[in-house]
Amino acid sequence: MNVHPTTAGMLLAGVLFVLGLISILVRRDIIFMLLSVEVMLNAAGLAFVVASSHWGTADGQVMFIFILAMAAAEVSVGLALILQLYHQLKTLDSDEAAKMNG
Amino acid sequence: MFPALIPLIPFVSALLLMLGWKRLSRIAVTVIGCGSIGLSAFVAVLIAIQFAAGGEQAIVQHAGNWVEAGGFKTGFDLRMDALSVVFVGVITIVGFLIHVYASGYMHEEPDYARFFACMNLFVGAMLTLVMADNLLLLYFGWEGVGLCSYLLIGFWYKDPANNYAARKAFIVTRVGDTAMAIALFMLFQFTGTLRIPEILQSSTHIWSKGDPVITWIALLLLGGAVGKSAQLPLQTWLPDAMAGPTPVSALIHAATMVTAGVYLIARTHTLFELAPDAQITTAVIGAITLVLAGFSALVQTDIKRVLAYSTVSQIGYMFLALGCGAWSAAVFHFVTHAFFKALLFMAAGAVIVALHHEQDLFKMGGLKKQLKGIYWVFLVGCASLAAIPFVTAGFYSKDQIIWLSLSAAGGHTAFWLAALLGALLTGMYTFRLFFLVFYGDLKTHVHHRPGNSMMIPLYILALLSTIAGFIELPHTLGHVTLFSNWLLPVLPAVSVLHDSVAMEWTSQALSAVLALSGIGVAYAWVVWRPKGMSDFLEMPALLWLRGFWSRGWDFDKLYNILLVYPFVYLSRMNKKDLIDKLYTSLAALMQWCHNVLARTQSGLLRWYILGVVLGAVAILSVLIWRIYI
Repeated sequence: MNVHPTTAGMLLAGVLFVLGLISILVRRDIIFMLLSVEVMLNAAGLAFVVASSHWGTADGQVMFIFILAMAAAEVSVGLALILQLYHQLKTLDSDEAAKMNG
Repeated sequence: MFPALIPLIPFVSALLLMLGWKRLSRIAVTVIGCGSIGLSAFVAVLIAIQFAAGGEQAIVQHAGNWVEAGGFKTGFDLRMDALSVVFVGVITIVGFLIHVYASGYMHEEPDYARFFACMNLFVGAMLTLVMADNLLLLYFGWEGVGLCSYLLIGFWYKDPANNYAARKAFIVTRVGDTAMAIALFMLFQFTGTLRIPEILQSSTHIWSKGDPVITWIALLLLGGAVGKSAQLPLQTWLPDAMAGPTPVSALIHAATMVTAGVYLIARTHTLFELAPDAQITTAVIGAITLVLAGFSALVQTDIKRVLAYSTVSQIGYMFLALGCGAWSAAVFHFVTHAFFKALLFMAAGAVIVALHHEQDLFKMGGLKKQLKGIYWVFLVGCASLAAIPFVTAGFYSKDQIIWLSLSAAGGHTAFWLAALLGALLTGMYTFRLFFLVFYGDLKTHVHHRPGNSMMIPLYILALLSTIAGFIELPHTLGHVTLFSNWLLPVLPAVSVLHDSVAMEWTSQALSAVLALSGIGVAYAWVVWRPKGMSDFLEMPALLWLRGFWSRGWDFDKLYNILLVYPFVYLSRMNKKDLIDKLYTSLAALMQWCHNVLARTQSGLLRWYILGVVLGAVAILSVLIWRIYI
């Protein structure tokens, strides 16, 4: 089976994204949810890289570096929130934090 | 002399009494209250003499402009013509006597000044009514007397029953007043004026006889008259109106205000002549009312209610006369009725006071020796009401109506028979009342004898109740026509169809015999064989009939079922405001939507993510669908 590398790369990015999405929906542990977000971000980054190699430009690589920087910031904020959550609730279960309901 | 002074004096004194409420002493109130009416009567007599000597059609005074808007112009125009003179004379003279009587009757009343203020206001309004030259001013007086009637029926306002009676009188007469207002609108639309002489003059050019428009106008005017004069079907308020003080009953609910309807029809008689249907309706209403009220008067136990029903019945006679076209006979009966009914009410009031406010007939009795003076004036009043032949005023006025109800152009045998039945009933209920009060055993202690201020007006009225009849004697008995001649410039003479002396004799004899036999029945019933009669009357069927009559033929019940209950039901249904329901339901819908949407805010992070995902999927699918398909 001969698949074009761009198609293969895009498919991989899509599969990764969906995996991340599913795991964020099914997981209750908030650390795993943060990890899933990272997976989805990297899936998007992969799609940028594949696309830029397909067009032969460097724009996609640049975008990936932006995404990486943003992910680093997001993780630091996310981990801080997780720490606070654990302090408050003594658990990492995101469903326990459902106090702000209508 | 200015005619405007006649109603102005009572108005001014009413104002004085209202402003001086607590500050004036009793003597000052008496002097102002009675003196104003006396002065008014004096002016009225002077103007009447001036009028009689002058030989003009009418004295009209323009006392100021009232409304001037566009083409519409109306003022305070007062008119003295033959008809007004009669009414003004009766109102001021009888009114004065009643005021003097009231100063004795209301002697112990704390609200003495308020009473006289209302009474003076009433006299002023009533005089405005009968002197008005345009229908708008007449309507002003008409509503004014209605207001005073309300105020005085509810004079003792601390008892809720009195307030109820006052409201009833006000609301029931309002039905008629509304009809009258519509008639005024229609008259203005078709004739372009509200001045009475102009309307009467132009009406014959505008409408032909029996035109539907004029028939409607006449019927609506009749509606107003029926409401004010307590005729069928709006008669229910008058018996309840007896809740007021007795001088009020004498002045407003017997002598003057309730005859305003008679005045209105007599004043607008040209319109009624153009509408024969309305005129026949007037006669039918009068005939039915006089019989129904006669039966009701027969079984009342309250002395004032007997007289109230009797008033309804006697005004029924006046309506019958108006309906037959016997205009001056109706006005003549008004005059004599004002005298003898005011007399009867005030004498009854004296009895009531003497027995310490006892009004139940069956707790009275044997007062002949105790109250000698009242006995005699009461006898004169009763004799006049029952129309005892030759010596009483009531005989001459009522007999004229009975005869004309058969012989006049608008007469009919059925009217005549109703009038004769009424004569029998009048004799019965009048003397049942009389015998119950003055004969039999003494049942209640007499604690207070009326003073001179009460007795002198009674003597004067007793005199008037007797001699007033001699100004108009029938063909068969002397043929004096002073009264109808006096009214001839205003009210046309009655056209008599069957002018037969023999028949007139028969009619007179029949009515006299019936009145006397009514008295005989009353004598047997109350004095001669009270035991046998009461056994007879205790029969179940009769007992029911008596109850039925004493409740005034259950008209109250009928109106409750037809009008009051549905109205109360509707208003109770609408207690929470039907229209408001729409807005509260709108608010409830919003609240419900809020609750549904608020439930989606569960606080569960994963639900929110799912929401974001589903939203993104939906947007993407729409985009893809739009692009590729």
